[in-house]
Amino acid sequence: MDLDALTGCLASSACLVTQTTSGLIIGMLLFLVAVGLTLIFGVLKVVNFSHGAFYMFGAYFAMTAYQLTGSFALAMFCGAAGTAVIGLIFERVFMSRVYGADVLMQLLVCYAFVLIFDDVVRMIWGPEFKSMGMPAAFQVMPLFIAGGVVPPYYLLLIGVALAAALILGLGLARTRIGKVIRAAAHNPGMVSALGINTGLIYGGVFALGGMLAGLAGALAAPVRSLTPGMGFSVLIESFIVTVIGGMGSILGALIGALLIGLIRSFGSLGFPLFTEGLMYLFMVIVLVSRPSGLFGKEVA
Amino acid sequence: MKRTRTPGISRRSTLALMGAGAATLAAPWVARAQAKTIKVGMPTILSGRVAQLGTSSRNAVMLEVEKVNAAGGLAGRQIEMVIRDSKGQPQEAARVARELVNTDGCELLIDAEASSGAFAVHEVARDLGVFCIHTNSETSSLTADPKQHIPNAFRTARQGVHDSIVGGSYAAAIAKAKGLKKWATCSPDYAYGRDTTAEYVTYLKRFAPDVEIISESWPKLFQPDYTEVVTKILQAKPQALYSCLWGGDLTSYIDQANIYALFGQMEVFAVNMADYTALTVVKNLPKGIHSGNRYIKTYPATPENAAWGDAYKAKYGEYPTNWSWENATAIMLIAEASKKANSADGKKIAEAMKGLKIKSPFGADGTVTMRGEDHTLIGYAIGWGTTIPQEPYVPQVQAGDWKTILELEAEWKKSKGYA
Repeated sequence: MDLDALTGCLASSACLVTQTTSGLIIGMLLFLVAVGLTLIFGVLKVVNFSHGAFYMFGAYFAMTAYQLTGSFALAMFCGAAGTAVIGLIFERVFMSRVYGADVLMQLLVCYAFVLIFDDVVRMIWGPEFKSMGMPAAFQVMPLFIAGGVVPPYYLLLIGVALAAALILGLGLARTRIGKVIRAAAHNPGMVSALGINTGLIYGGVFALGGMLAGLAGALAAPVRSLTPGMGFSVLIESFIVTVIGGMGSILGALIGALLIGLIRSFGSLGFPLFTEGLMYLFMVIVLVSRPSGLFGKEVA
Repeated sequence: MKRTRTPGISRRSTLALMGAGAATLAAPWVARAQAKTIKVGMPTILSGRVAQLGTSSRNAVMLEVEKVNAAGGLAGRQIEMVIRDSKGQPQEAARVARELVNTDGCELLIDAEASSGAFAVHEVARDLGVFCIHTNSETSSLTADPKQHIPNAFRTARQGVHDSIVGGSYAAAIAKAKGLKKWATCSPDYAYGRDTTAEYVTYLKRFAPDVEIISESWPKLFQPDYTEVVTKILQAKPQALYSCLWGGDLTSYIDQANIYALFGQMEVFAVNMADYTALTVVKNLPKGIHSGNRYIKTYPATPENAAWGDAYKAKYGEYPTNWSWENATAIMLIAEASKKANSADGKKIAEAMKGLKIKSPFGADGTVTMRGEDHTLIGYAIGWGTTIPQEPYVPQVQAGDWKTILELEAEWKKSKGYA
């Protein structure tokens, strides 16, 4: 424990700015993965255990697109769009067969695909780790805000993730499609009876969730090493986020992800040996005090 | 094919066919058997995150075995390698090793496991009395601790304590010259990371007593994001940073530290940087990271070493790794010891290998020696230098001095109660 370092940091604006942005970055990437997970659970009522694979695909697609075209924007687009397509196919061909089946069955199908997707990546891109490299436009000196260090790339990353959160939140709350999705989550039978194609909605939501995870992977690709199986640790943290925020809640995913990010960034100062532990400890506290998560609906 | 609707028979034959197929697939990867061959078993890691290293071990072994076989084999017997995947799990490594000896009839073992598995295989070698050569475990106690010592086991891997002595004295010289007093460390949180960092710091402080460690970070092995660690180090404002992160973890760390311009603010010492697996992957390698040599074809700067690195690349399409040279050395030593003993018998090879000095492309002076007293390799090329982003990656390596290494190693052994 190193509480002096922590209090020292809280007293200095430079440290505060640096650690807060560092927490935001970790949190925002986590949010993009977790929000897809929570969205899919909210509407389809399945826990998509293979969600980490979409994050992995996003990163690999982005790297390949970047190597082929040299365009960062196109790389991000390919990462997100390519993963959406995989999500759609995966849902229509496989997941749609296990709706309503035993949870264990769904889990097994997802887990099988965790292994299959990892091996597919290994076959296409090889087993060794890869690096996409930072685009030249972002290879600049970091900004200094109130003495704190903020890399420009991370500003972009936070901006994109926030925009995604905003569009998603408003889209679900204000648009007609959003209403239909919420209705389908609440009572799929009724929605179907009203002549709306629920299969299409399910496929769309799954693709959307996959796309967000793919976008997270694409955004992370320039700064994280790419390896088959890279989705797994992200998936575990995303589960913690959804458990803290409440399964099915988008706001919950956002708050949960930011909390985890900040716990990591400030925890590593104050509790360097217990940073991981802090995260789980926080989850336990939430589970004990509010079993359905901070923003989850109370179980009737 | 006849189209008859007799499900019973067709199912049975299908099953038989599947069974046969499964049996074929399950059969281990065996080089073509020949008369009078000697089987050499090799458990290594061929799947999972470090599969690349295991594969590079296998490649190096096969490259050398071909040469030995072309020259007549071991005392006239052709070598037949039986290589199996341990998946990096100690219990699996031990099981595979036992099976290789008991079921497959392997007479010699090459243990190409990481430290976790090597200790397990070591116990199998102790139990079965089979000749065994550890090629990848760098944990010093494997050979330094007299409790581990058995007459039939050897090690061709570099040793952690050698690396720390050379790395510590190299860093201390720079620390003194540039006045680097405040240091930070950042290493993976498991046995290798903790032990290596502690040994390194010990020798750094010994050679430069006014060095002070002001910040320590222990990220988890295979952690995807190091941002909080990077910013923590920036806050501490050290003058120098030591890290023994490796592979994909190291490249992630570099990418993430790069955008915080960390490398411009302190001297960085990363022992595992100068390995082709990391060097060729990092896109924006900062100039001037200090690193220990792992395998690099330009050090030792001899035609033999360059030729070996190029031959490997020509055959496998990529450069060798640290594990490659360590495994190639094992085959070279076995071949030489067998020649000396004029036998392929494990006991006789072990006897001949004690204190054996052979010519080697990886030797600091063109030779390496299997030290008789504790069965570990000495005299291999060891040094530190700074990296540049293109070939030859480490243009100048400052060689470690083996006389000093051996003196300090003896002292270290005493302090541990090993000698």
